[in-house]
Amino acid sequence: MHIPDGYLSPQTYIPLFGVFVTVTAVAIKKVKKEVSARNIPYLGMAAAFAFIVMMFNLPIPGGTTGHAVGSAVISIIFGPWAAMLAVSVALIIQAFIFGDGGITAIGANCFNMAVFMPFTAYYIFRLICRNTKRISKVSFAAFISGYISLVMAAILTAVEFGIQPLIASAPDGKALYCPYNLSIAVPAMAIEHIFLFGIVEGIITAIVVNFFLKTEPTLIYAFRNSDKNE
Amino acid sequence: MNKLQKKILVILLLLCLITPVGILLPAFFNAGDAWGEWSAQTVKELVGYVPKGLAKYSDLWKAPIPDYNVKKTDRSIIHKSGYYIVSGILGATITYVVMLLISKLIVRHGE
Repeated sequence: MHIPDGYLSPQTYIPLFGVFVTVTAVAIKKVKKEVSARNIPYLGMAAAFAFIVMMFNLPIPGGTTGHAVGSAVISIIFGPWAAMLAVSVALIIQAFIFGDGGITAIGANCFNMAVFMPFTAYYIFRLICRNTKRISKVSFAAFISGYISLVMAAILTAVEFGIQPLIASAPDGKALYCPYNLSIAVPAMAIEHIFLFGIVEGIITAIVVNFFLKTEPTLIYAFRNSDKNE
Repeated sequence: MNKLQKKILVILLLLCLITPVGILLPAFFNAGDAWGEWSAQTVKELVGYVPKGLAKYSDLWKAPIPDYNVKKTDRSIIHKSGYYIVSGILGATITYVVMLLISKLIVRHGE
């Protein structure tokens, strides 16, 4: 899901970069209000966790590889705004130091995995969980939240790939950037995430949320926030 | 740093040590690049040509440690696994420190 340089046209990556910068500005304000100083080490660990999780490439036998992102669980435990910043830091370091994801695509990659995904995950979790802290319900909500948010982020990425032939083609009809259109990109990326990577994201989300529910439930943002709203 | 935070750091370090799973499993199951993350050369093999924009941008940035692999010419899977662990620890540490610094700049209450 790390879009490399050269796959997106400037008409795509520049607006997405703009959206990313705008959301970052809002996230900084929100995190300033929401996060207390004693929880700062957790945010560093969350960012490192996302970095490490994305190194676990999983194979579709004989085909492509992919991985979980970790955005869903970070969002549930530390809130979508903190998750936005943490996962963005991981993605930007992956791009600059390890060439994983393009420099021009930083806005797009951060938008997909650090903005769209954690917010989707957070609202799905809240929608299913409501105010229950029953372990079976919480685990189920965490799994579904990780699963659906990764699948949807993958489809969003595929749409960005797939619209390239529509946006920019050479006079001879050849693509200038990603050569595959929507009808190829969307099914390809949706299927692999529906059948493998999404399930892994769901399992990771459920395991880590369970871990925090048992060891430090007061830390979990999704619950703290729901208590406040009652 | 409290007990839980120390425990999480240990778990993260252990995860770093098993990251080679992320290159060994794909090698074992004969799985290649992620969808849409092919090199210009691979795209040529797939569609018969290299799109002009892709050719122009694909080498825009020379990452110091491309693909989490310190030494590209070294094809031994054992060495690659070692480089992968080093990259994991290095990358995770940099990410941790950068996020810590950013958070410290942003968050000033609750000391």
